[in-house]
Amino acid sequence: MLRYIPYLLVGMLFGFVLIKAEAASWYRIQEMFHFQSFHMFGILFSAIFTGFLSIQTIKRFARKRSLDGQDIEIPAKDPGVKSYIFGGLIFGFGWGMIGLCPGPIFALVGTGSVGALVVLVGALHGTWLYGALKQHLPH
Amino acid sequence: MDWLYQPWPWYVAGPLIGLMVPMMLFIGNRSFGISNNLRHLCAITQPHKVDVDFFRYNWKEHTWSLVFVIGTALGGYLAGVVFANPEPVALSQAAQDMLLQWGFTQPGRNLVPEELFYPSVRNITYLFACGVLVGFGTRYAGGCTSGHAITGLSTMQLPSLYAVLGIFGGGLTASWLLVPRMLM
Repeated sequence: MLRYIPYLLVGMLFGFVLIKAEAASWYRIQEMFHFQSFHMFGILFSAIFTGFLSIQTIKRFARKRSLDGQDIEIPAKDPGVKSYIFGGLIFGFGWGMIGLCPGPIFALVGTGSVGALVVLVGALHGTWLYGALKQHLPH
Repeated sequence: MDWLYQPWPWYVAGPLIGLMVPMMLFIGNRSFGISNNLRHLCAITQPHKVDVDFFRYNWKEHTWSLVFVIGTALGGYLAGVVFANPEPVALSQAAQDMLLQWGFTQPGRNLVPEELFYPSVRNITYLFACGVLVGFGTRYAGGCTSGHAITGLSTMQLPSLYAVLGIFGGGLTASWLLVPRMLM
C-alpha cells in the first residue's frame, strides 16, 4: 500500500490546483472559448511549456530511473488521425457544454457537487458505450 | 496563509499542472492522464452478463491511477471546501456581460452555475447527457485535456495535436452555438 502514497499526494496536489486555478469552473471555460481572458490559455500554455522543459531535462541530464527502479520512457501514442479528431470533437463538444473535463470532474465531485457526480456517472456510461461500439467506429 | 484561500494565478497553477508529467514519470514511469480511469471504473463495475472485451483486463494493475484520482477528489475537497475562496470567480468584464446576456444571473458566484448544476430533472438529464459525450469522446480520442493537451503536446506527439484541434473545434461549437441559447 505504501507505494501508492506518492500517487495519492500528487493527485491531491492536482485536484487542489484545479480548484484554486478555477479550471474546474464552467464560467472560466465559457470565457476561454470566447477568448475573453488569458487565464485558461495561460494555464494550458505554461503547463505544456513546463512539461516540455521537464521532459527535455530528463532526456538530457537526469538519471532515467523512476523511484521504483524502472527505466523512464515516454510511451508514443498509437498512430492515426480519425479517432483523435472525431473523439476530440465529441469530447470537446461535451466540455464546452458542461465546462468540465475529466480532471475537474473528479476535483468538483470532491467538493460535494451533486451535479458533478451526475456528469461522472454520465461519463462512465459514455465510456462504456464507446467500448461496446468500438469495432463499428472509424479509427 | 491567505494564499491557501485565494485563487491562484495562471503562472502558478499552469507550471504546477505541467510538473505532473515529470512527477508521474519519476514516481513510477507513468504517463499523466485522467480519462483512463473512466475505463478502469467500467472494468471494475461491468457485470459478467454484458462482458464487453474493451473492459476485460486486469484493472488492478492500474490501481495507482485510481489512487491518483481519489487524491484529485480529496484535493478538490481541501481547495473547494476547507480552504474555499470566499470571493466570486474573477471573470473578465466581457465574460460577465456575455453570461448575463445569456440569462445566467450571478456569473462567477460559484465555480459552476446553479442554473445548470442544481439537481432538477431537466438539469440531471442535461448533466448526464454531456457526461456521456465527455466519456465517449475521451475514450474514442484516447485521452482528455491532461493526456493529450498536456502530456501529449509537451512530448510533441502529433496524434495529440489532432485531438487538441478536435477538442477546441467541439468546444467552440458548443460554446458559441448552443450554450448561449440554453436558458432561453
